[in-house]
Amino acid sequence: MMMRFFKRAIDDIFQNRFLNFVTIITISLAILIASAFILFFVNTSEIINSWQRGLRIMAYLKPDIQNGDLTNLEHTIQSLDGVHTLRFISKQEALDRLKAQMKHQSSLFENLSENPLPDSFEIRMTASTGSWQKIESLAAQIESLALIEEVEYGRRWIGRFVHIVSLFRLTGYAMGALFFMATVFIVANTIRLVIYSRREEVEIMRLVGATDSFIKLPFYIVGLIQGGLGAFIGLVMLFISFFFISANIEEGFSPGLFRLQFLSPATMGGILLSSMLIGWLGCYISLKQFLKA
Amino acid sequence: MIAAAEKSFIIRMFHVHHNFGPKKALIDITLDIAKNEFVFISGPSGAGKTTLLKLLYLGEPVSEGQVLIDGINLARIPRNKIPYLRRKFGIIFQDYKLIPTKSVYDNLALVLEAAGAKRRIIQKKVKSILRLVGMEDGLKSFPPSLSGGEQQRIAVARAIIGDPKIILADEPTGSLDDESAEAILDLLRSVHIRGATVIIATHDKALMRKTGGHVLTLQQGRLETSTFLEKQYDDAILQTGDR
Repeated sequence: MMMRFFKRAIDDIFQNRFLNFVTIITISLAILIASAFILFFVNTSEIINSWQRGLRIMAYLKPDIQNGDLTNLEHTIQSLDGVHTLRFISKQEALDRLKAQMKHQSSLFENLSENPLPDSFEIRMTASTGSWQKIESLAAQIESLALIEEVEYGRRWIGRFVHIVSLFRLTGYAMGALFFMATVFIVANTIRLVIYSRREEVEIMRLVGATDSFIKLPFYIVGLIQGGLGAFIGLVMLFISFFFISANIEEGFSPGLFRLQFLSPATMGGILLSSMLIGWLGCYISLKQFLKA
Repeated sequence: MIAAAEKSFIIRMFHVHHNFGPKKALIDITLDIAKNEFVFISGPSGAGKTTLLKLLYLGEPVSEGQVLIDGINLARIPRNKIPYLRRKFGIIFQDYKLIPTKSVYDNLALVLEAAGAKRRIIQKKVKSILRLVGMEDGLKSFPPSLSGGEQQRIAVARAIIGDPKIILADEPTGSLDDESAEAILDLLRSVHIRGATVIIATHDKALMRKTGGHVLTLQQGRLETSTFLEKQYDDAILQTGDR
């Protein structure tokens, strides 16, 4: 029985080639734009995550802390939620590190009468402390401790970057919703035109005793095929664009710094299903109006 | 006894009215049609013949009154059961109503597909019904390539392929030459002999004379006479139908 419905759906697509072609291309363009946004978020999220994974909080201590207080402070920080490891870096070790990093400017350190650097703790966070808000909150807790002079956690611009990405994400959601509605509307109109062009046939089907589901099912299959094909074409277009753009971008950066990735199979599957849902929904809307009569 | 008598009626109408806006198309129609009757609904154009047929298969809703088809009260039938009601009918339209973009085979198969028949049965039945209507060579033809008479034969084939209990024919020979009209009438007679109730809306006196049967005459939406006509004679009754 399903084969018959499929045959009728395929016949419908070929009988209304132009309408179906326009619909599929419209869906594919909508999918291309929406998927491009998703691809952008996937890659920016990956970049942010890798930054956050390597992120550490540096807690600079007030001068002249007694050993007992230091041990207590170490225990206090260790007990905070989100702290994975912490390491004490003495002012001497910090100076040695600095000298090693600036060995070409070693003359700068020759006239130092005393070490100006403070003692510090280098704190690494657990994997679950991924979000920027959690890092900020942990840093604030450490900074509020009495023996801590100052807290430094990565570069503040990461925070600004995260905010900008969040803004983009919101725009992406809004545009996604807009594209979704617009595409549903377009599919609904196409199906409406197809049904309208076949209204006499539908009427005859009803007169010979066809049930509503018998009449509707091929249209739903057409909607699902339109959505599926639209998603496939949109994703292929995205992959081709990604292939050329990523090659150019990666050339511009030092190798291994970061690698652009395409959408995962699960994400592509989700996009395909969403697109088919668009096709189905478009059909549902127009059939509901048409067969009500 | 009464129950048995009621059972033999396949169509019953009680004080049926139908309006198209302010216009009264049918006024206070009460009639009974027995199983396996050959019925003519006659009357001039605009008398309400087509409307009466439409009420039977719910092509139009009844404005007032009761219609019973094979014991089913149409006023109480849920929307999702209407297709099953329509499968009791085989309908022949004056303008054939064949799907022009589908082959003859597909036009006929549609009735059986809609009823959920299996492909093998459909193939067998379509071929046998085309043989019956003398169109076995037209299996792959498309309706627009056929003559009027051939199209009407396909329309008859479609009406009878599902073995319906009732055949409704709206001016089935109206636009056909004598030979094609005779062929269509023969087909309807053969279906009647096999047990179906046949109802033909027509103003063609000759058609009624050739066949005979139960003649219901409509005049301006009212049922004026309900008489039984013998084959090939009784012109007096036909005169009343043509007023």
